[in-house]
Amino acid sequence: MKTKKNRLKLLKNNLTLLVMLMPAVLYVFIFNYLPMPGILLAFKKFSYNKGIFNSPWNGFENFRFFFISGDAVRVTFNTFAYNIVFLFLEIAVSVTIAILLNDLRKKRVNKTLQTMMFLPYFVSWVVVASIAYSLFNYENGTVNGVIEALGGDKINIYGTPGYWPFILTAFRLWKTVGYQTVIYLAAIASIDKEIIEAAKVDGANVLQMIFHITLPQLLPTIVILALLSIGNIFRGDFGLFYQLVGNNGLLFEKTDIIDTYVFRSLLQTTNVGMAAAAGLYQSVMCFVFVMVTNACVKKIQPDYALF
Amino acid sequence: MERINAAKKRKVRMGTDEKIFNVLGYIIVTLIALICLFPFWIVVMGSFTSEASVIQNGYWLWPREFSLDSYRQSLASPIAVLKAYGVTILVTTVGTAISVIITTMTGWVLQRKDFPWRNGFSMYFFFTTLFSGGLVPWYILCVSYLGFTNNLLGLILPGMISVWNILLVKGFMGGIPFELVESGKIDGANDITIFFRLILPISKPVVATILLFTALAYWNDWYNCMLFIRDKDMYNLQYFLHHLINSAKAMREIMTQSTLVMDSLPVETMKMSMTIIVTGPIILLYPFIQKYFVSGLTIGAVKG
Repeated sequence: MKTKKNRLKLLKNNLTLLVMLMPAVLYVFIFNYLPMPGILLAFKKFSYNKGIFNSPWNGFENFRFFFISGDAVRVTFNTFAYNIVFLFLEIAVSVTIAILLNDLRKKRVNKTLQTMMFLPYFVSWVVVASIAYSLFNYENGTVNGVIEALGGDKINIYGTPGYWPFILTAFRLWKTVGYQTVIYLAAIASIDKEIIEAAKVDGANVLQMIFHITLPQLLPTIVILALLSIGNIFRGDFGLFYQLVGNNGLLFEKTDIIDTYVFRSLLQTTNVGMAAAAGLYQSVMCFVFVMVTNACVKKIQPDYALF
Repeated sequence: MERINAAKKRKVRMGTDEKIFNVLGYIIVTLIALICLFPFWIVVMGSFTSEASVIQNGYWLWPREFSLDSYRQSLASPIAVLKAYGVTILVTTVGTAISVIITTMTGWVLQRKDFPWRNGFSMYFFFTTLFSGGLVPWYILCVSYLGFTNNLLGLILPGMISVWNILLVKGFMGGIPFELVESGKIDGANDITIFFRLILPISKPVVATILLFTALAYWNDWYNCMLFIRDKDMYNLQYFLHHLINSAKAMREIMTQSTLVMDSLPVETMKMSMTIIVTGPIILLYPFIQKYFVSGLTIGAVKG
């Protein structure tokens, strides 16, 4: 009786706070939790008429098809490989730029350069696709224009998968490096000035400063950003791949990632069951990977663990 | 300590190695920055080139034959572009406003030390960043149950609340001393008044950050439009551009609507001028808002 009364009192005291929390709780419930039972679809032969619950079961048929066709291996490899390359190059390039920028003494030049590099972050992938088209298309792309001007033969970039890992990586870096540089610059700015002064007094040269002061001090930021990326290592950058490659089947061998595969299966080949299977496979891989990574980090250096 | 002071008095001079490093730094970073701008340059130049020149020689580093035809054609029947602008502006303002209010409120409650269920609810939100049902069940929910097809809600609701933003706000507001709440309570204010009158005004940095990032995400969205909108009159700006670039048919439709008569229709260059027209506002605003994005990222970086 008494605890019930207490609980009511607790509820009454926090009523306003609960009300403030409700919109987000409801939102997350609808858009994040409500779809979760829908993973059952991965084990069903779905038809829109029958809906999620009345469609007949077909066991692991969807998964079997996804794996036996060889698609699973291909898209998993592509997703993983691209993300690993992105992860390392982004860190290497952004940290380098941040260190170089930080040493530039003219503040206005510094700001201008930063502004120029941050700009690509603000345009949509659609605009990036339009830019890529103007650079690479066969008939009148700039690249082919240059090749012709130099007396070479035009190359069919949109028909040759081999070029695309480089093009996609370049555009990804182009769009994200400015953003990450800002984060690393902020981290460098927060390094204790006394350490820097002390090192200078001890006669450390520029390279020694970088390798013994700046980089070690940047390590926590690098690790956190890397961990966030590793947690999403099986989740591809859909905008990048879909907008630049689109439905150009010629390039899929080198450019198809799990996300574009799921999307196409859902909306173009309308193999909903298999799309759901591939999507569930991705979610589980992500979940396991985050948990394992976090557990490892916790063991080695608890401060860096995400949760 | 003495040595440090001595060094300060000496006013640390640049060594030779530092000078070389500085010069190298300028060269390398300037080159990278120019590479970053180069693609934009090609598009701008392409949009000012005559169609005949592009067909013959391709897009080039400067207009080999200057022409405003593509802009004239793009703006000859501006109704489609204006409609797309209208949709994007409406969705961006409404979506961002609601998003900012809900996100900040949630972040605030989740860090209140006197809120007994804060850990449970935090877990409830955080779990969604670890596991999701994937695209397919979500899409079916939105289309079959929520009726997002050809519905502006389909552009506003998905992506309105980001758990990462909630966590960012939670981290920032965790630094606000609790005495402020207590003093408000003593003055007889309830939690809602305290939040809107006391907390939000002193949380401007984090509010500005999530506001700008959310607005940018809405402005640049094409994905939800691709998933849910079939009616061409409801296309948002980015998807309008996507549609235009990818279908020659859409291009011809726009051109037949206009009464301009030209020798050759500027199909190629119009792709570029439309890109400029769509990106324009962002590029114009960019120099003014950039610093808020930078300070926002800095909050995130410091809070981890």
